[in-house]
Formats: sequence, C-alpha cells, structure tokens
Amino acid sequence: MGSNGIKDRVAIIGVGCVPFTEHWEKSLDDLIIDGAKATYASAGISQDEVDAFWFGTSQSAASGLAMGGPLKIHGKPISRVENYCATGSEAMRQAAYAVASGAYDVVMALGAEKVKDGGYQGLNAFPIPTDGTQRTLTAAAMFAMILPAYAEKYGLDVDEIRYAVAKIAEKNHFNGARNPLAQFRRETSAEQICQMAAVAGRLSVFDCAGVADGAAGVIMCRAEDALEYCDDPLYIKALSFVAGTGAGSLDPDYDYTTLSECKWSADDAYAQAGITDPRNEIAVAEVHDCFTPTELVLMEDLGFSNPGDAWRDVLNGDFNLDGRLPVNTDGGLKSFGHPVGASGLRMLYEIWLQLRGQAPKERTIADNGRSLGLTHNLGGYPGEMVSFVGIYGTELG
Amino acid sequence: MRGIIATGTHLPHRRLDRAAVAAFFGKGGGTGTRTVASFDEDTTTMGAEAARAAVASATGVDVDALWFATASPAYLEKTNASAIHATLRLDASVPAFDFGGAHRSGTGALRTALEAGPTTLVVASDSRDGLATSADESQGGDGAAALLIGDDTAGPVLAEFVGGASVTDEFLERWRVPGGDRSRTWEERFGEVVYAPLMEQAWTAALADTGLVADDIHTLVVVGTHARAVARNVGKLGVAAERIGNDLSESVGNTGTAHPLLVLAAAIETAGPGEAIAIMALADGVDVLVVRTTEAIGSYTPARPVASQIAGGAPIDYAKFLSWRGMVAIEPPNRPLPNRPSAAAAHRRDDWKFGFVGSRDRSSGMVHLPPARVSEKGGAVDDMDEVPMADVHGTVVSFTVDKLVYSPSPPVVFAVVDFDGGGRVPLELTDVDADEVEVGMRVEPTFRRLFTADEIHNYFWKVRPVRGADR
Repeated sequence: MGSNGIKDRVAIIGVGCVPFTEHWEKSLDDLIIDGAKATYASAGISQDEVDAFWFGTSQSAASGLAMGGPLKIHGKPISRVENYCATGSEAMRQAAYAVASGAYDVVMALGAEKVKDGGYQGLNAFPIPTDGTQRTLTAAAMFAMILPAYAEKYGLDVDEIRYAVAKIAEKNHFNGARNPLAQFRRETSAEQICQMAAVAGRLSVFDCAGVADGAAGVIMCRAEDALEYCDDPLYIKALSFVAGTGAGSLDPDYDYTTLSECKWSADDAYAQAGITDPRNEIAVAEVHDCFTPTELVLMEDLGFSNPGDAWRDVLNGDFNLDGRLPVNTDGGLKSFGHPVGASGLRMLYEIWLQLRGQAPKERTIADNGRSLGLTHNLGGYPGEMVSFVGIYGTELG
Repeated sequence: MRGIIATGTHLPHRRLDRAAVAAFFGKGGGTGTRTVASFDEDTTTMGAEAARAAVASATGVDVDALWFATASPAYLEKTNASAIHATLRLDASVPAFDFGGAHRSGTGALRTALEAGPTTLVVASDSRDGLATSADESQGGDGAAALLIGDDTAGPVLAEFVGGASVTDEFLERWRVPGGDRSRTWEERFGEVVYAPLMEQAWTAALADTGLVADDIHTLVVVGTHARAVARNVGKLGVAAERIGNDLSESVGNTGTAHPLLVLAAAIETAGPGEAIAIMALADGVDVLVVRTTEAIGSYTPARPVASQIAGGAPIDYAKFLSWRGMVAIEPPNRPLPNRPSAAAAHRRDDWKFGFVGSRDRSSGMVHLPPARVSEKGGAVDDMDEVPMADVHGTVVSFTVDKLVYSPSPPVVFAVVDFDGGGRVPLELTDVDADEVEVGMRVEPTFRRLFTADEIHNYFWKVRPVRGADR
C-alpha cells in the first residue's frame, strides 16, 4: 500500500495555451479547437497521432462528446473530467496514468472553460438539488477568513498582513504585465490595492483572481519515447491529489491559517519525487492564487516558508521574479483570470516555458541551478478543498 | 385548574422610530417605536422563536397540541404550524393546526384552548404592513407570542382561566383581500361608534361569567387595530385608569393576531400572585378573557421576557425598513438568484433543517453539523447519537462580510461558529451590524427564512449575538 507515483515514466512533449481573456467572440468549441491547435503545434504532432483524450471542464459542458464534436475525433476514447477548480490538473493526471499503465502511447489532456456566457461576474456553481441548508458565500468571502485568523495566530496586526497579501497581487500583476497571454497586463502597487474598497472581508476586487475564458492542453508519452517527438521534454516527477472531507467546516481544531489538503498533497508529491528540501530544489512554482491570502498560506503549506514567516518572506521579495524561489512568474490567476478547466494546464504551460528557457526575456528567472518546476492547483474553500501538486523536471533521474 | 403554564414571546431586534416617517415624507409616523421583523423573518419564524421560548420556560411539560394563528401566513393551503412543530421537534403524534386569516383567530385559538383540551401551545404571530406614511405602517408592529395552556396536572399553572365573553357582529371596518398589498378601513368614526356598545356588552358578560366586578380586576389591557375605538371607549368600562395595562403601542406597535397574546404574556410576566388580569381584544366583535395568577408565578422565570426584549433591540433606518418591506426596490448584487430547495432533500433532513439537530460520534465524541453517518475522527460508521443544538450557545472563531453574494439584504455576515460542548458550523449572522462582529462574540441559533425561490420559503438556522444578561 502506498502512493508510489510515476516518477520519470511519463514525458511531456508539448503544452499549448491560448490567451486568457473575455472571449466574447469565441465559443467553447472555438476555445477547444484553438487550445488543441496550440498544443498539437507545441508537440509537433497531429491529432491522429494521439491515442486517447481527457477533457477537463468544470461547468461548460458534459461528456467526452464536448471535445470530440468540435475536434472531430473519430473512434477514440475521450473522458470528461471534473474536480472543482483543479479540473485541468486532474485531466492531466488521469492522462499521465493512462500512459504510465501502458494502455496508450500518446495522450492529450485539454482543459477549457467558457465562463463569460453566464451573464454574471464571477464563477457560479452548477445547481444541484439540496435541502437548502448549504452555505452560499462567495469564494472570496471564504478565503477572506484567512486574514484575521492568520493575524491572530501569529500576533500580527491585520493591517500588516493585509499589506503583505497586497504585495502578492502586486508581484503577480508585475509578472502578468510581462505576459502576452495574460488578461490583465498592468502593474498595480500594493498601496493602491490597500486603498480599494473591501468587497469580502478585507479583500478588494484586486485581491481576487479575474474571470476569463480560456483553454490549455498538454500531450504526453512514455518517457523512453519522448526524444522521438521532442529534444527537450519535461519528465513528470510527481502527481499528487488530495480531496478533503470538509473537515474545516466541521472540526473546531481547524484554524483557517493553513490549507491542510494542500500540505498533504505537497508532502506526497515531494515524497514521490524524492524531494527533501523543496525551497532549495524547486526552481519555479506556479500556485493557485485564487485570492491573495491563498498564495500567502500556500507558501507555508508547500514548504517554501516556515509557518508564520510567509508574510515576511513575501515582503522580502523572496517569491518575486528575481527572488530566491520565483512564484507565479506568468502572472498567476491574478493576471490570467480563472477559466476553471484550463487553469491547471495554464500553470503547466509556464513551467514548460521556464524550465526549457523559452520564457520571454523580461520574465525569465535567474539560473538558480535547479531544474524542477511545481504546479499547485486547488478547488474549494479553506477547510474543504481538493488539492493537486505536480512536479516536473528537465532530466531523468 | 386550567390556565397558562408558560409564556414565550418574540419581538424582532429592529425598531423603527416613528418620527423617521415624517422626517422623510413630511407626514405620517408619530411618536415612539414599532418592532420590525428582519428581512429573514416571517410569521412562521417569529412564531417558532416564541414557541421555543415558551417551551424553554416550561421544562418538562409535554406539548400535546400546537396551534398557530396569523393573518399573514407564509403559505396558504400548506400548514405553517408544521414548520414550528419541526423546530420544536414535537412527536409526530402531536397535531399542528393553523388558525388563519383573521386577526381574531389568535384570540379565538387562545380562548378555545383555555376552555378545555390537551396541553396546547397556542402560537400567534403577525407582521403588520401598510403603505408608506399610513397609520398601519407606523402603528403596526411585528412579533409573536406563544402561551402554553393546560391543566395543573401537566405543570404548574401560572394564571388560571377564570372566564370571559365574546360578542360577534358583522360589519366592514377593516379588511384585506388575499394577496392584497395593504389593508383597507372604513372611515374611522364608524368603527369607534360600532365598537363602543360591543365593548360594553362583552365586558358586562365577562364580569357576569367570572362572577367578578370591575374593581376586582387588577389589570385590564384593551387592544385593537382600531386605536381610536380603544382609546375613546376604554374609560367607559368602569376600570380605574391606573389599572389599565400597557398595550405596548408605544414600543412595539399593534402586532395584529399576536397582540392579545403578547400583552397577556407581558402582563403575566410582571404580575404578582392572585391578580386578575383581563384582556379585551377588538376584532369584528369583542373578546374578553380573564385569568388570575397563582402562587406559581412567584417562581416563574420566562426564558425571554417581553420587558427585556422591549428594552433591547436596535434601530433600523427608514430607508432600510422600506426596502425590507418591499416598498422600495434596491438593486441586488448582480449574482444568480439562489435555487429553490428540494422538497424531497429537505424532508430527509427535517431534523437538521428545522430542528438543528446534529450527530455525536459515540467513539470520538465529535459533534457533526450537519449530522453525518461516518465519523470525521476515527471513521466509525452509523454509530452516532442525535445532538440537538438549537439551544446551545457558541463562539465566533472567524467571520467574513460578503458584499458580492446574493442576499435579500446585503451584505452577508458569515461566521464560523464553535458551539459550547463541541460542534462547528459556518452560519450566517443576523440581527447584527457588520461592524459590531468580532472574533469571540457569543452567539445563539435562531430560526430564519434564508430566502424565497420559486415561491418556496427556504427555512434554516442562523446565529444572532447573545445580548444582555445571557452573555
């Protein structure tokens, strides 16, 4: 019994991503087609060479037909995958396992979400009949609960911690301003963000991920076949996924200063990859900055900061482009917005670029002698979430 | 001996200063305040709160029947008393009946229960509306009262039913058609003149029925939605002015169907032993009920006294009042409206949704809210006991103010609540100003209507700050 992982058994040979924005002129089908085109182009293969498909979408469509129809995929398996906001990563995880099992030679995972046809700002849950007693808060309000709890636990002034998370938004917007695929490409200062009106707890609109349509995809094959397709593939070192029980809403021991499922999935991923010192082994990380407090506590849950230190490390610039461990170098959810099914694969796209030296010069990270990248993708709320951590490297072994 | 075993009342937290009406419109209003049901309250939720207070005031007394009266029912055709029945977790064998439609139905239910029958919880609740600047708007009030009626074999009787009288007359003084936006009244003088002989007739008959004379009456409270008929004629009954009890019109307003029960509860709660209390209610005739307090009153402590509820409360500004009453439509957050709850899903979880009953794992002791079949700690399966939480206080461990989410009255204040003795659940905070919420605040569950979708009222529990001595 154990979480053994599939280290070095599966290679990533192409990743594609379309610009994330309010695609008023593009349908879900258009996003799927454009995302697939970009991914095939990256891998340098045609659709006919792919043996099986995984389609991640949270709420835009149902079943494999939603991908097979627009792409005209004949006679092949297509699985539709959903796992909250980690849907894109989950699609990739399932596809990778199918290769590792030997069932297929070449697979594709594609995530796409059409959010902007709904008529409302923000993400809106699919209605499931219930007894009517479920909480109806926005995600922003749920994640806002981290700030007072974190301040209380570590004896900080709430204003201090509020400023620290605004610095996270400032950093991600700085990076996003240097990314042509990002939706928001303007720099914003922490001071400006702190002056904005609060919409949920202490959070302003600029502490929240934007809303966008988008698509991204990945093509994978067995590690030993990778060089047939690609000179510089990435190898999967770890894929971990943890679904919680909703314990945070139930258990008085939970204190809203950590995301337990994220810590568990990180620990599992590090074990799969053989990583013992993440902050000195990982070169770059893309994490789920749905709200600024999320990224703050993630730095601790992923082991990048000691508990209670993340706010100080943030203020110190540790996670900036030129910091000791650059985080969300593409601008993150903050700059991209969050087309749910696509976001996890958009993160992977940035790791694909950075580790292989293909990121544009203005956001290229310094060579820190490390060759591992990490993506972290979560869905749900503090105390009740799913969390994915993937680790990728340029070398086998 | 048969009479009143317990009193329970509910006055909403918010109070409208009547002077605010004239300040805004240049007319209307008056002096004093009226109670204002929160946006998440209706006659059923207010009735449930009053009923819970009555039951809490009579520990160990079994309720054998539940009657609910209102002129502003949340539902027609569907029984509203059954929701109150569910919040009280009464046995299925206890009948729950609505007495609906007329203001007089509250007094009628009370009188019927006082005369004979099982131990009956009589609940009356009302919400009084009128167009802006109208007399109904300012003189009306919102609230509920519950009186537990029974024989002294069921529990100590606080006030014995001595007798009374009713006179009935058909005349059109006040009326409202179903679904109508306001009540209509005939010219004021008409009611004043018509009620005068009816009051006299009922009073004479009540004294004859009880064998009392006017001087024997320690307190007489006369109530009616026709304020002028009450004021002009009360002096003709032969009861000294100092024995005319407070009709709560200055602080609460007239709560319609609930009002006779509310003033009776208030009078009993402040009475000494051996006092004869008479209530006269004007509504399409006149009803008089006379009770006499017993020695048991000396050791009676109501769970939520009327006096402390009147003394508590917080103001609501007139604009908010108008929006809550649907008189002014406010732009809602641009978010989807909530979905209607599923009747089938709700019925499976009546105990949770209406009774606020969780489960406690027998092996770990962990309280699960909502109730669970598998334990979060230890994983034991189907090994839990019911744990009723409706009367358990809790502490706010974190909270958030959500200005983005849909609400009938934004913003939503949500709190993670840890209950005394175990159990955590995130719940909406109500009867609170966002800026008074803090970590560590003490709160208690209160039964509310979360929203209405597709004409289905979605009832569930929120928490409100524990105020006053209960903290």
